[in-house]
Amino acid sequence: MSSRVPDQPTCREIVELVTDYLEGRLSLDARTRLEQHLVYCDWCRVYLEQIRQTIRVAGSVSEASLSPQAREDLVRLFRDWKGKK
Amino acid sequence: MTSAGVHPGELELVAALRQRDESAFLALVRRFHSSMVRVAGVFVKSEAIAEEVVQEAWLAVLEGINAFEGRASLRSWMFSIVANRARTRAQREARSEPFSSFEDPEGEPTVDPARFHPPDHPRWPGHWSSPPERWAEEQLLLQETVYLAKRAIEELPPAQRQVIVLRDVEGCSAEEACEALGVSDGNQRVLLHRARAKVRAMLEPHLRRTP
Repeated sequence: MSSRVPDQPTCREIVELVTDYLEGRLSLDARTRLEQHLVYCDWCRVYLEQIRQTIRVAGSVSEASLSPQAREDLVRLFRDWKGKK
Repeated sequence: MTSAGVHPGELELVAALRQRDESAFLALVRRFHSSMVRVAGVFVKSEAIAEEVVQEAWLAVLEGINAFEGRASLRSWMFSIVANRARTRAQREARSEPFSSFEDPEGEPTVDPARFHPPDHPRWPGHWSSPPERWAEEQLLLQETVYLAKRAIEELPPAQRQVIVLRDVEGCSAEEACEALGVSDGNQRVLLHRARAKVRAMLEPHLRRTP
């Protein structure tokens, strides 16, 4: 007996829908089928969670606080602009 | 954060800047400068050139502050100034890669097809054969992981890199990213999807929970 229900998306299809899902851009029908899939598929749940984790890690990628030199240049730029008017 | 329009506190800063108030300017610099350098950096690829572009962009912000209408957020208005200037600069230095070059064909799977059972599998067609393993939460925010993500983002094709930097590194909304990059919403989402999948795949071997 096949466990594949006709019209149910496969895992391979689900992974291509995660961004549209997270962006709220799936149709109601597609979203329902995706969420039903997630109910029984631990692995796709892990995949979706990892995409969320990836977004979080990307959000921590930040560096380069303003150097004193850059700040000085900008203050000068501002004062030149202010003096010009 | 609302998806469009001016954020709380921004109107006051803009009004003060129109009065040529230096502390308002420095408040904007503190809030946006590093982000602007990062946005410029996805086009020009050299930190020094990115800094120059952002200096130019700040002047354009000052010159244009009276024309800022508050229809878009201040951030997306400033980011689009930076993006335009960085793009022009990159073209001038012939290091530009046209935005339309996706560099990997659209419609290709973002997860290695070998990780799924084939379509003719008797029981589990198209289901995971080599499923992802849960990541150890405590590893996620280690310096090392963040560094890997940074490297992964740097290695993306330019258009994907531009979108993921704006969306996930800077936290822009879809509307803000489209406005700054001049791409359609659908295009933006395709690029974001490919970028996130690739960064996830590059983190995966490092984050597998050790047995």
